[in-house]
Amino acid sequence: MEFNILSLIYLLASITFIVGLKMLSHPTSARKGNAVAAAGMTLAIFGTIFLYNEEGDPLGNYGWIFAGLAVGSVVGTLAARRVKMTAMPEMVSLFNGMGGACAALISIVEFDHLMHLLDGSGVVILMLADGPGALLGLVIIILLGLIIGSVSFAGSMVAWGKLNGSLRDFSFRGQQAFNIGLLFLIVGLAVYLVVALPANALLFFYVIFALSILYGLFFVFPIGGADMPVVISLLNSFTGVAAACGGFLYDNKVMLTGGILVGAAGTLLTILMCKAMNRSLTNVLIGAFGGNTATAAAGQSQGSYKEISLSDAAVVMSYANKVMIVPGYGLAVAQAQHACHELEKLLTAKGVEVGYAIHPVAGRMPGHMNVLLAEADVSYEKLLEMEQANEEFPTTDVVLILGANDVVNPAAKSDPASPIYGMPILDVELAKHVIVNKRSMKPGYAGIENDLFFRPKTSMLFGDAKKVLQDLITEVKNS
Amino acid sequence: MSSVFNWVHEHQAIIYIVVLMIFVGIEVIGSVPSVLHTPLMSGANAIHGVVIIGAIIVMGKAEADNYLALALGFLAVVLGTLNVVGGFVVTDRMLEMFSKKKKSS
Repeated sequence: MEFNILSLIYLLASITFIVGLKMLSHPTSARKGNAVAAAGMTLAIFGTIFLYNEEGDPLGNYGWIFAGLAVGSVVGTLAARRVKMTAMPEMVSLFNGMGGACAALISIVEFDHLMHLLDGSGVVILMLADGPGALLGLVIIILLGLIIGSVSFAGSMVAWGKLNGSLRDFSFRGQQAFNIGLLFLIVGLAVYLVVALPANALLFFYVIFALSILYGLFFVFPIGGADMPVVISLLNSFTGVAAACGGFLYDNKVMLTGGILVGAAGTLLTILMCKAMNRSLTNVLIGAFGGNTATAAAGQSQGSYKEISLSDAAVVMSYANKVMIVPGYGLAVAQAQHACHELEKLLTAKGVEVGYAIHPVAGRMPGHMNVLLAEADVSYEKLLEMEQANEEFPTTDVVLILGANDVVNPAAKSDPASPIYGMPILDVELAKHVIVNKRSMKPGYAGIENDLFFRPKTSMLFGDAKKVLQDLITEVKNS
Repeated sequence: MSSVFNWVHEHQAIIYIVVLMIFVGIEVIGSVPSVLHTPLMSGANAIHGVVIIGAIIVMGKAEADNYLALALGFLAVVLGTLNVVGGFVVTDRMLEMFSKKKKSS
């Protein structure tokens, strides 16, 4: 009876996951969708704790389970609440890694358990009960969970480190070949383990575990930091598949539905993200931002640029009819969204029409800028998407670029040799005047020079975005 | 080889779920605007935290003297909970920004 209730709970939870995901993909219902999925998850977790049983034996070790849940909940909530808006992407990556590690740990414990059964007479019982295929299937699934979970864990940790700046891009000659070799080695060992099931199977198992971790590290290390969102999304779908392996293992429908759902949706989302940047997934994974393109780009341009003083910039903007602000990662780093909103209000009060041009991949993740500006109460109608913004630029007097770089780089249109060639950009050059705020002349995340800075229409305004905006506000007030 | 066929036969229901869920997963987020990519990824990240259920089962089945299973199971429960709770809270925080924007406009 209780077990039947649990089946119903799992069914309900699976439905909330599907509905939740559906609602998450529409702006108006997204928040509710998240809550719906969370409710389903809570139901499934408590249902499992209290109602799950295996051949009549209920679960034990409640103390451990609740202690684990409590520790995880407290740490998770605190971490998620305290994290700064700019650090959200790396937080997602970190949590994703935790899920991957969890799946890998489950596989380790289950394999150890299986080996103990094999040592005794357990194997005979297992064989008789489910047929010889059962053992084979079990080992395959445990191994899949282990490999995918470990790769996802290690990869997510690297992505996390890269986004918070503690790890740098790292690659060596022939790394692609090395990675493929490593992958073949893992698969080969796994196949051998499954087919032969040697006496020292545990040793093989741990070697596969170690190699999978290694593969995860080398898989993400050479990929450029700007591509991390895509990688995180891909690893996210990996973890989904790893979770689904757990579903196979325990014949647990909710793990299976949730895992496969995320695996499929995550893969599609990865492809959609690539499309937003106009790049293919292979291009991201093999790494177009390799050493050879960077040297090619460094050789060109390096003309002279001109600077503009704060007071001049203030005057130019105060007497403009229309100003477009292009926010980028620099704005996020400097936490300048509130100052930015203030400048916008001040200019609007002076009769200037102000809008924000949001490139789909401005910042570190799609939607990053929208979230940031929304936090500062910038009104929704002022945020223009790329196509709308590009229609506005010809009638714009001043474009103020705040810490954005690659998304306004004209090389994406004109230079086929550029690594970002083909990426749709904001055509800021159509405006009468472009003011670029940057901390220095250093190239952006893609590591390439931006020709825009050397164009006659462009003037540079160096400094931290927040500081510059605050000074601009003072100047605009005085002018 | 026949054992593999047997295995497939015995687990047909599960295999059907996998195939259908792949299509549902793709269908369900097909028309997401790029603004929502990040929250959607974060939400999906929280959902694959269902792996916690596996961790709970491992933990609950562990014999009291199997310290490896107890320790690893406990770690798995903690990590899984982090994934679930942290994932949903972060997603909610991101989306909170969006809903505030809706009100003020």
